[in-house]
Amino acid sequence: MATTKPKVDAVIVGLGWTGAILAKELTDAGLNVVALERGGDRDTQPDFAYPKVVDELEGSIHRRFLQSLAQETVTIRHALSDTAVPYRQMGSFKPGTGVGGAGSHWSGCHFRPLPEDMRLRSNVEQRYGRGFIPADMTIQDFPVSYEELEPHLDMFEKICGTSGKAGVIDGVVQEGGNPFEGSRSSEYPLPPNPNYLGAELFYKAAREMGWHPYPIPASNTSRSYVNPYGCQMGPCNACGFCSDYGCLNYSKASPNACVLPVVRRRPNFELRTHAQVLRVDLDNTRAKATGVTYLDAQGREVSQPADLVLLCAFSLYNVHLLLVSGIGTPYDPETNTGTIGRNYSYQNLNRVVLFFDKDVQANPFMGIGGAGTTMDDLNGNQLDNAKAGFVGGGLVWARQPGAGPVRGINVPTGTPNWGRDWKKAVADNFRHSFYYEVQGACMSYRQHYLSLDPTYRDAFGRPLLRMTFDWHPNEIRASQFFVDQALRMSKVLNPLSMAGDAKKDGEHYNVTKYQSTHTCGGAIMGEDPRTSALNRYLQSWDVPNVFVIGANAFPQNNGYNPTGLVGGLAYWAATAIREKYLADPGPLVDA
Amino acid sequence: MTAADETPSLTRRSLFKGLGLLPLAAAVPGCSDPAAPQAGTATPAGDYKPTFFNATEWAFVVAACDRLIPADDVGPGAVESGVPEFLDRHMQTPYASGAIWYMQGPFLDAPAEFGYQGRLNLREILRVGIGAFDAHCRQAFDGKAFSALDHARQEDLLKAAEGGKLELEGISSKLFFSNFLGEVKNGYFADPKYGGNRGMGAWKMIGYPGMRADYIDWIGVRDKAYPLPPVDLSGKRG
Repeated sequence: MATTKPKVDAVIVGLGWTGAILAKELTDAGLNVVALERGGDRDTQPDFAYPKVVDELEGSIHRRFLQSLAQETVTIRHALSDTAVPYRQMGSFKPGTGVGGAGSHWSGCHFRPLPEDMRLRSNVEQRYGRGFIPADMTIQDFPVSYEELEPHLDMFEKICGTSGKAGVIDGVVQEGGNPFEGSRSSEYPLPPNPNYLGAELFYKAAREMGWHPYPIPASNTSRSYVNPYGCQMGPCNACGFCSDYGCLNYSKASPNACVLPVVRRRPNFELRTHAQVLRVDLDNTRAKATGVTYLDAQGREVSQPADLVLLCAFSLYNVHLLLVSGIGTPYDPETNTGTIGRNYSYQNLNRVVLFFDKDVQANPFMGIGGAGTTMDDLNGNQLDNAKAGFVGGGLVWARQPGAGPVRGINVPTGTPNWGRDWKKAVADNFRHSFYYEVQGACMSYRQHYLSLDPTYRDAFGRPLLRMTFDWHPNEIRASQFFVDQALRMSKVLNPLSMAGDAKKDGEHYNVTKYQSTHTCGGAIMGEDPRTSALNRYLQSWDVPNVFVIGANAFPQNNGYNPTGLVGGLAYWAATAIREKYLADPGPLVDA
Repeated sequence: MTAADETPSLTRRSLFKGLGLLPLAAAVPGCSDPAAPQAGTATPAGDYKPTFFNATEWAFVVAACDRLIPADDVGPGAVESGVPEFLDRHMQTPYASGAIWYMQGPFLDAPAEFGYQGRLNLREILRVGIGAFDAHCRQAFDGKAFSALDHARQEDLLKAAEGGKLELEGISSKLFFSNFLGEVKNGYFADPKYGGNRGMGAWKMIGYPGMRADYIDWIGVRDKAYPLPPVDLSGKRG
């Protein structure tokens, strides 16, 4: 039977960004903290050391830094009437595992949310009337404002050494930044990274469109940097191995490089790796967690009692843990009741590839993960949604996280997949093409949700999480709109040819193509315990000594990458725990 | 599955050679000279002896690699690059046995948007596919294996498989083809330590600097091509 460990003040499930931040904050507060990580331990040395880390076959085919689906995965279906089938091979999204989690293999795009996107439903209703929101669209306001989050968003940027250019500081517009952003309390910790060709040309093309291009805030350090925790980062050398890879250079912000060096050595912190948490244990009132049960590296069941349980796993697995633990009421789309699994959303990503002559040196093998150029002229309140015909904004951007031939070479439309003509096309185009992407918001809908699968099980005998999701006409219209804008902009650059892939009417969600690891929602924060799993401090409405910290809390996804907001929410929740919860454990908001 | 679950030992393979160990091929008569290669097919570089593929399978692999990425003045062909060796070695990794795929049933038919839903792992897809492909050839072309057909016919068959139009026993030709081609490209472009991309020939062809992983000095250069040749993971320069 299960062995029982001595009780601790707090147990953290998952040691990625949010787990590391909570571990730092709660050990600062003097708590005894145990972190349980399902994967192995990892650090820059030796795990991300050059040259072994820059191996495309290992990183992007064997996916050594990502989660193996053999242990845990999800099942996916498009509609309530369909039978879900397993996500057997990694495609559409790529959860991480191991210390650092997805925070070690992300690219580094580090945006703050727009103030108006934090109150999306109210804003859309106010601008276009209630009737503009489709009946099945279940978007909500975040229960916390941009202004409340600002110090925490700022803190996360300083931890990451985010490199960018502020657009608005204390209400004053700054030259070179995003003039449409929410007001910031300070400049970015570091100046922007240098531009590769596509990012440089984006300025020219975007200005011709009348847009306001600005450098993408990137947590890839443009200079040597020491963060407020005393962690040293080195200037990014544009190695081109960001997405899928750990950083060899202490340049891409990660829990491993930016937070854990401080936490690891603390006597009141203990890390247990290869610790697969099976469930949160509840007492017989079902309103209090007593700790968690996990399998240790030898496969033995271990009980870890704790006063406070912090779910900091990847967003999908946080929702899975709530469901398998029986916390809260599972969402039922038929009756539109229940909260756990509600409002699953994603990201609406499409790409336009530009091919040039041989005298154009695009050099796609160079890369700085999050860096590049983007614009907000079609995002937030800049976009006339009534005219565009959909809810939600988006971006067009130039990014180049680094390409290599195993990861794939873009070739013009019509090129065969093999043989002499294919060979000539890869030889002609590899160094002379780059791409722009459109990244759109993704709304939440009554019929898109997460639940437990009735058939398939994980390696530990638990039901798999089941995702019910498809492209809604709203997102398909948005995709067509943004790709059209990106194509119009790209024409300014006069490429030899372009390939754009807007979603077609009626197109279904395809899980085989990588789009984005921005899976959001499922255990959302909100004002109302009937329509949200978590209160404004990411505390479970149902079991108040459980906090669930991650993109699972987003009621819908905006046009930006989620990590900046996820980090900000982690600091926001940590502050609430330290300043409110510890003094008086219990619900921080009355249900 | 059949022999695909385990890599047969050399002795076992030698023992069964010619007896048609693979049931799909065994059903077909006329295996006497199954793999006499078509004149003009490239021969693999070095003296690598396959340990995953048997002789019949190896002949298919070499012939198919030669058609998918033929040698020409643009750059090296897959065979001279060592891609068959890559494939033979890569099929013996945990990855090829499905280590990172979810492989539990039930195995249901689902639209293509949901990805692969079959029960074969990668090495089984290749082994079953090669056997079925060759069986099809022998039946259709007077007992000749794929490797013994002329190049134009080989290319037609590969095109048919790519489009899923080749009817194979026990496996979708499209599934086999897409996995085989993906592996051929992996071998062609991956680091030479895995057996393919000899002399970094594929990297030189496309102008990939390999594992240099340090370009900050060149990120702003617009008027000159990146000047340095590739290096591989062992530090060798191409």
